[in-house]
Amino acid sequence: MATPETKQIDELGISKDYQYGFHDDVKPTFKSRKGLDEEVINQMCDIKEEPDWMREYRLKAYEIFKQKPMTKWGGDLSQLDFDDIYYYVKASDRSERSWDDVPDDIKKTFDRLGIPEAERKFLAGVGAQYDSEVVYHNIVEELDKIGVVFLDTDTALKEYPDLIKEYFGTIIPSADNQFAALNSAVWSGGSFVYVPPGVKVEYPLQAYFRINSENMGQFERTLIIADEGSQVHYVEGCTAPTYSSESLHSAVVEIVCKKGSRVRYTTIQNWAGNVYNLVTKRAMAYQDAQMEWVDGNLGSKLTMKYPSVYMMEPGARGEILSIAFASKGQHQDAGAKVYHCAPHTTSQITSKSISKDGGRSSYRGWVDVAKGAKGCKSHVVCDALILDKESRSDTYPVIEIAENDTKIEHEAHVSKIGEEQLFYLMSRGLSEEEASTMIVNGFIEPLVKELPMEYAVEMNRLIQLQMEGSVG
Amino acid sequence: MSIDLTIKDLHISVDGNPIIKGFNLSVKQGEVHALMGPNGSGKSTLAKGLMGHPSYDIDSGEVIFNGVDILEMEANERAKLGLFLAFQYPTAIPGVSLANFLRIAVSATRSNGTNGSEENDLIPMREFRKELREKMAQLGVDDSFARRYLNDGFSGGEMKRAEILQLAMLEPKIAILDETDSGLDIDAVRIVGESVSGLVGPELGVLIITHYPRLLDYIRPQFVHILLDGRIVESGGWELTQTLEEEGYDPIREKHGIAETVQ
Ligand SMILES: Nc1ncnc2c1ncn2[C@@H]1O[C@H](COP(=O)(O)OP(=O)(O)O)[C@@H](O)[C@H]1O
Ligand SMILES: [Mg+2]
Repeated sequence: MATPETKQIDELGISKDYQYGFHDDVKPTFKSRKGLDEEVINQMCDIKEEPDWMREYRLKAYEIFKQKPMTKWGGDLSQLDFDDIYYYVKASDRSERSWDDVPDDIKKTFDRLGIPEAERKFLAGVGAQYDSEVVYHNIVEELDKIGVVFLDTDTALKEYPDLIKEYFGTIIPSADNQFAALNSAVWSGGSFVYVPPGVKVEYPLQAYFRINSENMGQFERTLIIADEGSQVHYVEGCTAPTYSSESLHSAVVEIVCKKGSRVRYTTIQNWAGNVYNLVTKRAMAYQDAQMEWVDGNLGSKLTMKYPSVYMMEPGARGEILSIAFASKGQHQDAGAKVYHCAPHTTSQITSKSISKDGGRSSYRGWVDVAKGAKGCKSHVVCDALILDKESRSDTYPVIEIAENDTKIEHEAHVSKIGEEQLFYLMSRGLSEEEASTMIVNGFIEPLVKELPMEYAVEMNRLIQLQMEGSVG
Repeated sequence: MSIDLTIKDLHISVDGNPIIKGFNLSVKQGEVHALMGPNGSGKSTLAKGLMGHPSYDIDSGEVIFNGVDILEMEANERAKLGLFLAFQYPTAIPGVSLANFLRIAVSATRSNGTNGSEENDLIPMREFRKELREKMAQLGVDDSFARRYLNDGFSGGEMKRAEILQLAMLEPKIAILDETDSGLDIDAVRIVGESVSGLVGPELGVLIITHYPRLLDYIRPQFVHILLDGRIVESGGWELTQTLEEEGYDPIREKHGIAETVQ
């Protein structure tokens, strides 16, 4: 059994499970042909050696996907060609791309962000192997001691089939929307996290450290289960532009917040300008549980993403903080949805968007209070900053209230960078660009301060790059 | 050689209305000038025009800083040369802490200042913190002040102190103080007055704009000028402030045949 490679891995003390799809350079690589049909899905299930129920689940989702009409609201999807996409690319295949193929502006951005060499290659999709696997392994070992499971979803399906089967698709059913159906049919990678009752994970779990490059894939599927009274912060993405030759990213993230638990899910994503980023994220929060989404969207051609919280039992709370930066040729259709399904539940939505160089940002929000859900409170604040005349910002708030005894507040502000603000800062020695960057960073500061330190620093630098117009 | 700011026959208009109409003055490092004038006489227009505000149109005249014509320069270039304006109404920049802002501003303006806000373009954090803390203590402001968002929700007094803190940190050569005493209670005027007076020296020349002479009790100007109808109509020494206090602007208006404009 001991090929030189596995021996090396044994010496590092890395569980062999993590070889899966990685160090297997000898295994023939696989890339499905373009387009989607039952055969592609079946092939994928065969290679992944998935249980029958998952195969059926995928095929059924595919049927639903076929029947769904093209999404007409949100952004312009008319250029999206489902037949021109590879739906399954095995991780090792991605390593075939060479560093030389990575566009110069992306490389320059890596430089500016100070991303280490090894990580750059990984982020650019060049290397399937990522040097932080040892870091990851140590984290997993620590987590193991307190009973926390943190795996890629493919591995989790093998190791924790019962947990997956119990929860998979229960928060976001395949029929929820066109892209949830597509993801359910062809998902790969993503994270699975289980936190046992009463366990508080002290540090953020970072998808960043995950060794599986499929994790950064197009159709990742994440499932987080926070058991009663537990606490966890999950961080995905990174501020470096995520370079992908594929034009569609359509993830599904499901979160279960059981009684008294607290989950925070932070995303910072900066997609390349050719990407359609169409993501469904939803959490169900039970009694006194608290769910927080912190969602930062930069880059992409079109992002449609509205993290949502269903408050199922009294005392549940949902909070969504969303930042969107739309630059040239970009449309950020982002927002949030909260459903007050039980009495005495509270929610807060804060959305901050910036539009520049003809970029368009839209806030799309939904606040729903069910009949009988008395004493609910919801507070929505949307602030938009428009940097020039070519750019655009819209808000599409929907409020559906079937219960009189509720308190809903909605505030929206649109502002431009004021001449007086610029003059004030310039009179202190800042150039016009530095001054506007400072004003934009100040504008999103209320959200950035919620990010883990290193992400906050990168976020500010990224805004700086966006303001220089050197990215995207 | 001391640096000077020399203004020659300056005309400034706002929205096509001439406000400053033939203004002449020279302020050297080490000198303290007071510019007094009633409300609406054009004091702030002059101050912002000198600093390079884009909506204040310079119709004619010259503004020379240390031998260089600065009229074509952006505000930030003027600041880098060593010109400073303490605003009558400072602008709030929400989300930007006073300390963060000041570190970038100090790095950009001090004589060997570099450009940019990358960590290595900035003055070392430790050095900066120490200096900031000292200067805040001198101004009687709490340490927590540095973490507050710039002018955001500041009281009138806090804003003016923040302006003087910036003056102290940026170390300009010539500073224009636009009604730094207005809106302050007596104690605050004293603190601000003493701080400015502490900064005045051979390295700093000051033009104090005011319409009450209160601040001047703490900083004695060598030169006092009276602005009426967009130009200086009288110049003199300290005694001019006394005359003003006793008689107001009316006798001067009469003397120069200027009608009182109702604001
Ligand atoms: N931004 C502006 N837009 C329009 N009018 C202005 C503006 N700034 C100043 N003015 C006008 O210019 C005149 C002088 O104002 P200002 O310079 O503020 O006087 P002071 O500072 O001496 O009180 C006033 O009539 C004022 O209304
Ligand atoms: Mg004024």
